[in-house]
Amino acid sequence: MHPTLQKLLASGPVVTDGAWGTQLQALGLAGGDCPDEWNLTHPDQVAAVARAYVEAGSQVILTNTFRSNAVALAGYGLAGRVVELNRAGAAISSRAAAGKALVFASVGPSGKMLMTGEVTGDTLRSAFEEQAQALAEGGADGLAVETMSDLAEAIIAVAAAKATGLPVVATMVFDSGKNKDRTMMGNTPEQAAEALAAAGADVIGANCGSGIAGYLPVCRRLRQASDKPVWIKANAGLPEIVDGKLVYQNTPQDFAALAPALIEAGASFIGGCCGTDPDFVRALKRKVSGCA
Amino acid sequence: MPELTKLYDAVLNGDAKTALAVTKEAIDAGVDPLELVTKHMVPAMDEVGRRFECEEYFVPELLLAARAMKGALGIIRPLLAAQGAQPVGRVVIGTVKGDLHDIGKNLVASMLEGAGFEVIDLGADVTPEKFVNAAKEKSAHIVALSALLTVTMPMMKNTIAALNEAGIRGQVKVMVGGAPVTEHWAKEIGADGYSENAGSAVTLARSLMKS
Repeated sequence: MHPTLQKLLASGPVVTDGAWGTQLQALGLAGGDCPDEWNLTHPDQVAAVARAYVEAGSQVILTNTFRSNAVALAGYGLAGRVVELNRAGAAISSRAAAGKALVFASVGPSGKMLMTGEVTGDTLRSAFEEQAQALAEGGADGLAVETMSDLAEAIIAVAAAKATGLPVVATMVFDSGKNKDRTMMGNTPEQAAEALAAAGADVIGANCGSGIAGYLPVCRRLRQASDKPVWIKANAGLPEIVDGKLVYQNTPQDFAALAPALIEAGASFIGGCCGTDPDFVRALKRKVSGCA
Repeated sequence: MPELTKLYDAVLNGDAKTALAVTKEAIDAGVDPLELVTKHMVPAMDEVGRRFECEEYFVPELLLAARAMKGALGIIRPLLAAQGAQPVGRVVIGTVKGDLHDIGKNLVASMLEGAGFEVIDLGADVTPEKFVNAAKEKSAHIVALSALLTVTMPMMKNTIAALNEAGIRGQVKVMVGGAPVTEHWAKEIGADGYSENAGSAVTLARSLMKS
């Protein structure tokens, strides 16, 4: 196991962080704007989000670089700023972590499908390599390839991340199929675990999706399908309309109540995705510390 | 006379080569192109949609089937146009302003085309004004809105308001979809329908054409 991970996991399950997009919105990010751009235009606000998670108890925080690959950034006219955005994102999280937490930089999907031919493997390879390199230069302790729906793309991203020598986490979204246990492209947890481990992932897992309860069986299957530690970062359910506003109904307590079950199902890293915030991390930390 | 069940199977199984070959043979043998579409290809895509909804087929199967259908339609379309055949309906589709996610929207567009609709795909990050103009220019029957982000979902409300202000809300049906979108949200904003996936989107579009 990568020494960074060995050290991290030595004292039991690790609490990661929560959602970044909604936190930035609360600080003024307009819906539809590229959050990653704030690494350059509003670095203090991005640092505030990072610090909030560190203070809430996250042992690993991510970075505001989810869309910072050349393909996704092209949609915002920012493809020319890949290196700057990633370096800045990693640096901001590192400074905020200040030795109290590790920084695993976020690498999200390109948004284009290999299968329709709207993007080629070579384009993705070069985009993820450029991003991974810049994140490593910015000071990331690890790389988190996340929210992947297409195994073929995930494999390319993992290989690119692995080339940096940093530990690599690879997580996919399992929200399709009769049992909501497959990716959009039909990949099972077993197929994902095998392929991602073979591509070099040090940690495998699931994130986003439709809530923490649904990920218990997925977690179990990922754990059984490889010898890699499992990382789960679930949503706080699905949003609903309450008084004309969009609200995620899961409370931090509801969410954290399932942490022991998730750990029993084999999760070594637990955090939240859409709809979560520092309160969720606080609740998780309390539960997880209780379990250790 | 070619075995036309081969055409149904080819589309269902995403075999573009066979779909094209059987279609060519059938046209050459004098089979009515409209019949090829309505009796064999659309039913095949319906079955694809049903399997997708039942979660037996996933995105790859859908894409391959749509590709097979499109290939065959490529030869058939000019013949249908010459006949004066009309599409089942005209749909203007897009992802709302501020949202660049288009995979889901592309899948729905594909399935609607497979069902015989004429689809005017405006892409992603589409302003309310652009939806209104396209609906007017193309005499659309349906306006289909997609969003993947909770923060861009409210743009669906704005788009419906724009249709209202332009005086054409009554002339079109509005359907919505996207991962965070729900039936409840669709009702709240005054949409005419919500569908959960590309398969049920076709069912919904068909029923909206009837209402």
